[in-house]
Amino acid sequence: MNYIFYGLIVLSIIIGAINGKLPDVVNSILIGAGKSVQIALSLIGIMAFWLGIMKIAEKSGVVEFIAKIIKPITKRLFNEIPPEDPAIGNIAMNFSANALGLTNAATPIGIMAMQDLQKHNVNKKTASNAMCMLLAMNTAGFQLIPATVIAVLVGIGYKNPTEIIAPTLFVTSFTFVSAVILAKIFQRFSPVQTAELPLTPNPSPPRGEGETRNANSLFTKQEQGGEQ
Amino acid sequence: MSFQSILNIISLWALPFIIVLILTTGMVKKVPVYEVFTEGAKDGFKVAVNIIPYLVAIIVAISMLRASGAIEMLANAMSSILIRLNIPADVLPVIFVRPLSGSAALGLFSDIATTAGPTAYSTKLAAVMVGSSETTFYVLAVYFGAVGITKFRYALWVGLLADIIAAIMSIIVCGWVF
Repeated sequence: MNYIFYGLIVLSIIIGAINGKLPDVVNSILIGAGKSVQIALSLIGIMAFWLGIMKIAEKSGVVEFIAKIIKPITKRLFNEIPPEDPAIGNIAMNFSANALGLTNAATPIGIMAMQDLQKHNVNKKTASNAMCMLLAMNTAGFQLIPATVIAVLVGIGYKNPTEIIAPTLFVTSFTFVSAVILAKIFQRFSPVQTAELPLTPNPSPPRGEGETRNANSLFTKQEQGGEQ
Repeated sequence: MSFQSILNIISLWALPFIIVLILTTGMVKKVPVYEVFTEGAKDGFKVAVNIIPYLVAIIVAISMLRASGAIEMLANAMSSILIRLNIPADVLPVIFVRPLSGSAALGLFSDIATTAGPTAYSTKLAAVMVGSSETTFYVLAVYFGAVGITKFRYALWVGLLADIIAAIMSIIVCGWVF
């Protein structure tokens, strides 16, 4: 990610200079930064709502129940996570919400799943296999009805907007399955740094106090924010 | 048509159904729903604020790339190959923008749809392309950002490969269906 971040920014400036669009590139920093904060702020309300609802779902056993139903599938996809962990239930609900096009609900639920997965993660800064699998499922973007696309088609007076549903469904299903398989293949060739493993049980790892403080969850993460 | 109306009903009722189901189960199981709700909701602000640095990094980098004209250059450079594969020139930028920005891809698609018209092959292909994939970079920033992960390992490559697969499959399927 370091190379990609560096590459994107330096490349943009060089190409922008060649194309004579340097002012646009510089201006886009301001616009992009503003937009990021806008997106994050707009998430607060709906995030709070769904985190609240999902907390009830967790406490009342709904999440656990869903985890049990889909156990045969998740056992294979998320083999490092205990099958009755709340993470599994949240992953299933994240998938269902995505499939139904309920993005507003899917994102907070997906984040809850990530927080649950983080509890099982050995190295708190590095993505675990289970996290990569969840992200593969989400970046593939499986959904039953492409609602926004259909809305645009209806807007321009497309006679039969439903005819794109079947091809889209086929493509998105194919992509989803491929992404899951790809994640499994990559997993085999990209082992988690096991060298870090013995460090965690050690109360005072040589890496500094950051590692042990990280061991808990979101709360410690929050304090860490400034140091990164 | 009936398949779609069924799906419409499902997506209309899914949210109310889930909310009522969760709340009712909570009440039956004697969970103090109001207290638990507010306890969970407290994290909403924290999570959203945690994401900001990650979003700024990725969205600024991508805004810069889009403003530089690099995507048009790439689309132009590849156009001779891609046009031979029966991909309309106006759809080309969609392939490259889709993983970078959801709103930009939707904007491009609206442009194509209005200029090419409802019956054009370009409109249908762009519709399938935009509808069948997700904004990889945004998803990575939000999900990993929320828990403070900075080493993505292979997640980015899987996401981008999935985007390429989605683009290729859209071309194959649309060429076959429409």
